[in-house]
Amino acid sequence: MLKHENIIQVKNLVKKFGSFVANDNLTFDVKRGEIFGFLGANGAGKTTAIKILSGLSFPTSGDVIVAGFDVYKERELVKKNIGYMSQKFSLYEDLTVRENIRFYGGIYGLSSKYIKEKTSDLLERLKMKDIQNSLISSLPLGWKQKIAFSVAIFHDPKIVFLDEPTGGVDPITRRDFWEMIYEASNNGITVFVTTHYMDEAEYCDRVSIMDKGRIEGMDTPGGLKKQFNAKNMDEVFIKIAR
Amino acid sequence: MNRFIGFVKKEFHHIFRDSKTMLILFGMPIAQILIFGYVVSNEITDVKIGIYDKSNDHITHEITNKITSSGFFILHENLNSEQEIEKAFKRGIVREVVVFESNFARNLERNGSASVQIIADASDANTANIVSNYTQAIINSYVKNELLAQGLPYEIVPEVRMLYNEELKGVYMFVPGTMALILMLVSAMMTSISIAREKELGTMEVLLVSPLKPLPIVIGKVIPYMVLSFINAIVIIALSYFVFEMPIEGNLIFLLVETLLFIFMALSLGILISTVSNSQMVAMFISMFALMLPTMLLSGFIFPIENMPKILQWISSIMPARYFITIVKNIMIKGSGITIVWKETLILAGMTMVFLIMSVKKFKVRLE
Repeated sequence: MLKHENIIQVKNLVKKFGSFVANDNLTFDVKRGEIFGFLGANGAGKTTAIKILSGLSFPTSGDVIVAGFDVYKERELVKKNIGYMSQKFSLYEDLTVRENIRFYGGIYGLSSKYIKEKTSDLLERLKMKDIQNSLISSLPLGWKQKIAFSVAIFHDPKIVFLDEPTGGVDPITRRDFWEMIYEASNNGITVFVTTHYMDEAEYCDRVSIMDKGRIEGMDTPGGLKKQFNAKNMDEVFIKIAR
Repeated sequence: MNRFIGFVKKEFHHIFRDSKTMLILFGMPIAQILIFGYVVSNEITDVKIGIYDKSNDHITHEITNKITSSGFFILHENLNSEQEIEKAFKRGIVREVVVFESNFARNLERNGSASVQIIADASDANTANIVSNYTQAIINSYVKNELLAQGLPYEIVPEVRMLYNEELKGVYMFVPGTMALILMLVSAMMTSISIAREKELGTMEVLLVSPLKPLPIVIGKVIPYMVLSFINAIVIIALSYFVFEMPIEGNLIFLLVETLLFIFMALSLGILISTVSNSQMVAMFISMFALMLPTMLLSGFIFPIENMPKILQWISSIMPARYFITIVKNIMIKGSGITIVWKETLILAGMTMVFLIMSVKKFKVRLE
């Protein structure tokens, strides 16, 4: 596993909406296999950046290479190699667990046979075999979250983008979720996660903190705490945002 | 008591700050009264008629004059043969043809009576009734005031023929309109709601991130509604044919092709509505009030278009349903072919193109 190869390369990324600059000259790299935390307050520009990286919108200017492909010219290849979990969990409430997995497996081009096998496997690991035919709407939030994440990496993407994946769940469920993230990372998937829970920042390999469209700090959590003379990531953030 | 007043105040705030509610509370009643006031008129004016005068004598000319100067009718064309009568009706501009038998005046003098035929386009039963009654009244008043008054005991017996709809069945009016309405409902409204739902729930984003391109996504969304709409259309046609004995004078395949065209138009309109709606409520709202209601009132479904004031007629001309209703009526009741309804067909096809192009443009803007 080449831990030092850059799987995401961003150089001078600018995104403007009219005269409002949502992303102001962002430059950073994400190494293959790492868990990269993209932090910042609401409105700092995180979601905008993640949308550009995942091919949902175009940059105004700047170079962006994701999974080795240029987002301007090779969008389709970018999309094939990434996974995405949105803030709202992105599962269909009126479909069952099985049906959701089948659907997302299908649109990523996996064969029915492969989907069947992998689904069995997945349900076994998540211990959800007995609820596989339950509607998503009947499940508690924490379970939806786990299923959504599993669906996002079902097609073994190189990178998975998680946009505030742990919103609204209790700390224990959040901890469980991060176990899943660790497991994915150990299997070679690069995890790009945005969050505004500063304690989750501690779980990442490296973290960048955005404020008003700019990256104001980027390092390992330990490095940042030293740099800003803070006891925890909360303090780092407060010192940056003030 | 104070608590209660505070609560009521809050409720007023909710109402005044929601533009949709304000529209319903104030905009709708005003619009409805205006529209209903102008549209629901059983009076007729400026009805275009044709005259087939086989006689061309002074009496037929006088009667023709009385008819055309009555203020109700406008002489659109003078016809010279039976075939021309059929053509005129098929073209759909004249609502009535008055036929004077040959040697009209001479027959009156010799035999004391002459016959005149009033042929009305009864694909719109109500209007046909009114129009033929007016005409008869004019002829009767001529007989009374001009002939009998001068002591001439002449009798003019109008023979009334309701073309296309002998029994003046109301169903002939309702079936085309109902088809248009239901197809609009299923294709336009449901499609727009379905796409808006994905946007609202956030699943649209995930679809867009996936390798699925936008075009297959939209087509995939649209296909179920297209199939259902088509089945609905067939059911309506079958019911109207078997249960209500509505004829299918024209080509059934042609009718189905035109129906498919209308379905495509409605689907593309649904897609367009969804591009400007961020939630299902908005999509439903726009579909209901900007589409269904005006369609019911202004498309010629229930109230004839010619009787509306010019402004409403103008609005009616941008209602796709109006053209579809004309097409269906023509094919089912009059047996028309493409040569008659080509204009309406072209308009529907054009509208479909426009809606699709606008939708694609809006979609591209979203992705910037």
